[in-house]
Amino acid sequence: MRRSWWKIACAALLAYAVVGGLLLPVPAIRQLQETIRNLYFHVCMWFGMMILFTVSVVHSIRFLRNPALRHDIAAKEYAGVGLVFGLLGYGTGAIWAAYTWADPNNPAYASFGSIVREPKLIGAAMAILAYLAYFVLRDSMPDIDRRARVSAVYNVFAYALLFPSIWIVPRLLPSLHPGQEGNPALNYNDIDARMRLVFYPAVLGWTLLGVWIATLRIRLGLLQEKRWNHE
Amino acid sequence: MNRARRNIALLAATLAPVWAAAQTQTVEMADRMRSEGKIYVVVAVLATILAGLLLYVYALDRRITRMERDER
Repeated sequence: MRRSWWKIACAALLAYAVVGGLLLPVPAIRQLQETIRNLYFHVCMWFGMMILFTVSVVHSIRFLRNPALRHDIAAKEYAGVGLVFGLLGYGTGAIWAAYTWADPNNPAYASFGSIVREPKLIGAAMAILAYLAYFVLRDSMPDIDRRARVSAVYNVFAYALLFPSIWIVPRLLPSLHPGQEGNPALNYNDIDARMRLVFYPAVLGWTLLGVWIATLRIRLGLLQEKRWNHE
Repeated sequence: MNRARRNIALLAATLAPVWAAAQTQTVEMADRMRSEGKIYVVVAVLATILAGLLLYVYALDRRITRMERDER
C-alpha cells in the first residue's frame, strides 16, 4: 500500500468518531436530544465535500496552467468523491430535519412545505446540480484534450457558485438550520467543548477517507490512460 | 404558513438554546438505553460496518498497487 500512514490515521479517526461519537457525553438540548450526535456524521460530509471540491478546483487550475492529463484526472475524481459526500450530506440532512424540524402539531405536508422552502436546502441542491452538470459536460465531449480544458474552466465556475449558494445566500434568509449568524459547527457559541473533541477528528477522518477513495480512482485513471497510450 | 406563525417559529428557534439551558433536567436523552448497555450493540454494529468498508478500500488499494507494479 502506498504512503500508508495517513490511511491508518483515517481508520483510527473514523473508529474513534463512531465509538466516541456514540458513547461520549453530549449536551442535552430540547428537540435535538440524542440526534445531536449526527453532527459527527452529517456535518462531516459537508466539510469533506468542501475540502474535496477545493482540491478538485486546485487541480483544474493546475491543468489550465500546465495541460497535463493527470491534473484533469485528479480534478475529475476529487469532484466525484466530493459529489458523493454532498449527496450523502443532503440525504442525512433530510432524515435529520424530518425528525427535528417538522412540527408535530401541523399536518405532515405543511411541515414538508416549510422544510422544502429552506434556503440552505435550495442552495445545497444548486451546488449539487452544478457539480452534476460538470460530469454531464465532461461526458458530452469525446475529444480528450478539449474535454479536459472545457471542464477545467467549468469546474472553476462551479466552485465559485458554491460561495453564493451554500455560504452567503442561506445566511441572509431566515432558516431553521443552526448556525444562521456564523459558521455552523465552528461557532464557539453553538458547539459544546466536549463535542469538539470528537467533531474535529471526525471531520479529518471522513475527509481522509474521501481523499483515499479519490486517490484510488486517480491511480486507476492513470493506469487506464497508460494502457490507451500503449495501444 | 402565515407570517405570524412563521415569526413565532423563528422566535422559538432563536430562544431554543436559552430555553434548553434553563431546563436541561427535563430533556429526555437515551439514558435507559445506556444503562441497559444496549448502546454497545449499536456501537458494535456500526464498528463492524466501518471495519468492513475500510477493509474493502484497503483491498482495493492493494489490488491497484499490484496493477501498478505489473504495468511497469
